[in-house]
Amino acid sequence: MTTVKLNPTVRRRNRWFAQVGWRHLVAVLGVLFSLFPIVFVLSAALNPLGTLSTTELVPTDGVSLGNFGGLFERTAFGRWFLNSLLIAGVASFASVFLSALAAYAFSRMRFRGRRVGLLSLLLIQMFPQFLAIVAIYLIFGTITDLWPSIGFNTPWGLLLLYLGGALGVNTWLMKGFFDTLPRELDESATMDGASHAQVFFRIMLPLVAPILAVAGLLAFIGTINEFLMANVFLTSTDSKTLAVGMYGLLEGNERNNNFGIFAAGTLLTAIPTVLVFQFLQRYIVSGLTSGAVKG
Amino acid sequence: MSTPLSGPGSATQTPGREPDGSPPSRSRLPRPRFRATRDDAPITVTGLAGKVLLLGLTAGVAVWAAFPLIAAEMWAGLALLAASTAGLFYLYLTRRHIPAKYLVPGTLFLIAFQVFPVLYTASTAFTNFGDGHRGGKDDAIVAIQSSSVTQVPGSAEYALSIATKGDPATGSLVFLVSDPGTGAVSVGDPGGLRKLDAADVTVATGGKVTAADGYTVLNFGQASARSKEITDLVVPTAGGALRSSGLSRAYEGKAVRVYEAGCDCVRDTETGRTWTADEEAGAFVAADGERLAQGWKVNVGLRNFTRVLTDESVSGPFLSTLIWNFAFAIGSTGGTFLLGMLIALVLHSPRMRGTNFYRVLLVLPYAMPSFAMLLAWRDMFNADFGLINNLFGLDVDWFGQAWTARLAVILVQLWLGYPYMFLVATGALQAIPRELTEATSVDGASPWQSFRAVTLPLLLVALSPLLISSFAFNFNNFNAIYLTTDGAPFPADNPTNGATDLLITYTYRLAFGGQGAQLGFAAAISLFIFAIVAVVSAVSFRRTRKQEEVYA
Repeated sequence: MTTVKLNPTVRRRNRWFAQVGWRHLVAVLGVLFSLFPIVFVLSAALNPLGTLSTTELVPTDGVSLGNFGGLFERTAFGRWFLNSLLIAGVASFASVFLSALAAYAFSRMRFRGRRVGLLSLLLIQMFPQFLAIVAIYLIFGTITDLWPSIGFNTPWGLLLLYLGGALGVNTWLMKGFFDTLPRELDESATMDGASHAQVFFRIMLPLVAPILAVAGLLAFIGTINEFLMANVFLTSTDSKTLAVGMYGLLEGNERNNNFGIFAAGTLLTAIPTVLVFQFLQRYIVSGLTSGAVKG
Repeated sequence: MSTPLSGPGSATQTPGREPDGSPPSRSRLPRPRFRATRDDAPITVTGLAGKVLLLGLTAGVAVWAAFPLIAAEMWAGLALLAASTAGLFYLYLTRRHIPAKYLVPGTLFLIAFQVFPVLYTASTAFTNFGDGHRGGKDDAIVAIQSSSVTQVPGSAEYALSIATKGDPATGSLVFLVSDPGTGAVSVGDPGGLRKLDAADVTVATGGKVTAADGYTVLNFGQASARSKEITDLVVPTAGGALRSSGLSRAYEGKAVRVYEAGCDCVRDTETGRTWTADEEAGAFVAADGERLAQGWKVNVGLRNFTRVLTDESVSGPFLSTLIWNFAFAIGSTGGTFLLGMLIALVLHSPRMRGTNFYRVLLVLPYAMPSFAMLLAWRDMFNADFGLINNLFGLDVDWFGQAWTARLAVILVQLWLGYPYMFLVATGALQAIPRELTEATSVDGASPWQSFRAVTLPLLLVALSPLLISSFAFNFNNFNAIYLTTDGAPFPADNPTNGATDLLITYTYRLAFGGQGAQLGFAAAISLFIFAIVAVVSAVSFRRTRKQEEVYA
């Protein structure tokens, strides 16, 4: 290419850059893009003044944990956190269990209406539940009159509502995984006298545990972030979830002043998900893709 | 649950031979015996205990749910409850219908909270349901009469206390009034006036109620915070209605507007003006076309749908929203896919070190709570002291102009979504055998050619179902818009339909926004969105399948 003679070290460095080095450069740029909003939130959380207008990318006014204290003193953050953990925890566990049950039936049993059932699940899934928010609002108005304990402003009503979408989301994904398990396993167990329930609980569930974990985590993240229905559903301070409560923190005139405690809340909200997420990451990579091929 | 495969018999198996239960391997088993074994499976103690516990719980819930239904005399609902409980008992006590045992729990929730709301949405879309058209005609008449109540000189005045049964800030309000003549205390709400037992209330001198069993009396501060609601609260009485005058007095007045059954109209007794009932519009309409605000719910046929298509104040904004909606969904899905795939490709090299380290940092956005990060991004785009303007020395009013606002929301979606695509693409790349790309380079293909001809098609086959579902998700990505721009910027002449509004945020504003709920119209738009998403998904699933046949 060039006629200029380069000494061997420089030439090796150039070759290194052409093959590997530029990859590091792109990766570092990607990491910077990923991180800078998070660093901004971190810096806002540590900012002793706690307002948006004083927040920089790097905290220059010193560092304080006052925003974390303020978060618990001035808002019902602890309550929201518990509500969110309760709703998202129970909803993701129950929805994964319900779809595992259905996936087992669809994968291992042959019955009339099986194909129709699978297809209608696919169709219903295309109508996202929140498009029916108007109807849900009206239905739960009646439910609140009849059974206040599962009506508006209760975690249980919202939970039931989230379970309505349980089948659509994961059943196809899980059926794909159940299909990959060799049939001989459960058939031999059946020959040895195991009931269908024993086959399901003792053989199938342990084998698909990784995908259950992944589906559960995705459902958990999805539920924690769900805003629309929770916002219609939960209006009293104590019943709010993190999404609804923290949205309220930045409403109206308090937007600038509350930014510090809001950022502190964001970091606290992230902790459980980030931990579980890093723990499950390898499952997620394989889980998402094999689900994609099968689904 | 976590018992490993130590059951008798499994050791002699050769697992992993047939991935998908293909018919031949099954038919080798003697079918009838197989069935018989299954049905004769012994009843275990845990199984029985679980069954008893769950069915007991079901019965308990059914009984608990029955009482309010009986109290409200909703016999159809009670019958439905009884039938479904009986069905559940039958299903789990019989040894037949095994698939149904696994399908019914999820299906019940699906029917109650997804299928039924969808059907309800469909039926609401054909009505004028919304603010002013909520109840039946009788409710509308009562509301019209009582809201026209004005004070007649010399009418009785009552000492008034405002109370609620729930939270002082949000619970529905009632009036506690004591009769100046008899001293009897009554509680009033929009349903009417009821006497309270004298033993349950504490009345101060002057007749003001200070405490009542079962009610929270609002103090002055709490009451004045809700003074608008208090002014609007009208308690119908025999001779007219009770309204508040200030926070501590109430008067009984006469209705100025009265319904007359003979002409099926409302007459204003002071001006003599009449509004005749229009059953088609669900409202009382005067001769010159003026409508009373309180109407009732009627079936309007296809009017909500035709309004979207023909009413110019709606169809113009609707079309531009639809186009932007597609652009947004394609832009955020495509952008995240390209960026995620690019970074996955970059890291996918045998000589690359520290990929795990990069991966952990790269996927952090995906693990952060997205609702909170959307709000944080909103403030990063703040025109006055936002990070973006500060960092790059810009002075852009990001959410003030249509195109910068659109750019901003797509950028935010890119940040939120690319880690997911990166993860998925990484997994898919690992699944592509290295021999394939090596073979192309032996044949003399450039890296770009081998990417175009081998890697990309295989990636697309693996990822296109995900791309489709990502498109469907972003098409209705409510949070992305509501939490950042909330539809802004809005044109000066149309405060309901902004430049970054998606159909779903537009629908939400119609249904729950400040300018009066139009639930029927919002439901009609929901059905439009459903039709669009369904068509797009169906078409793309079809194309994917064809693609799979080509490359797989």
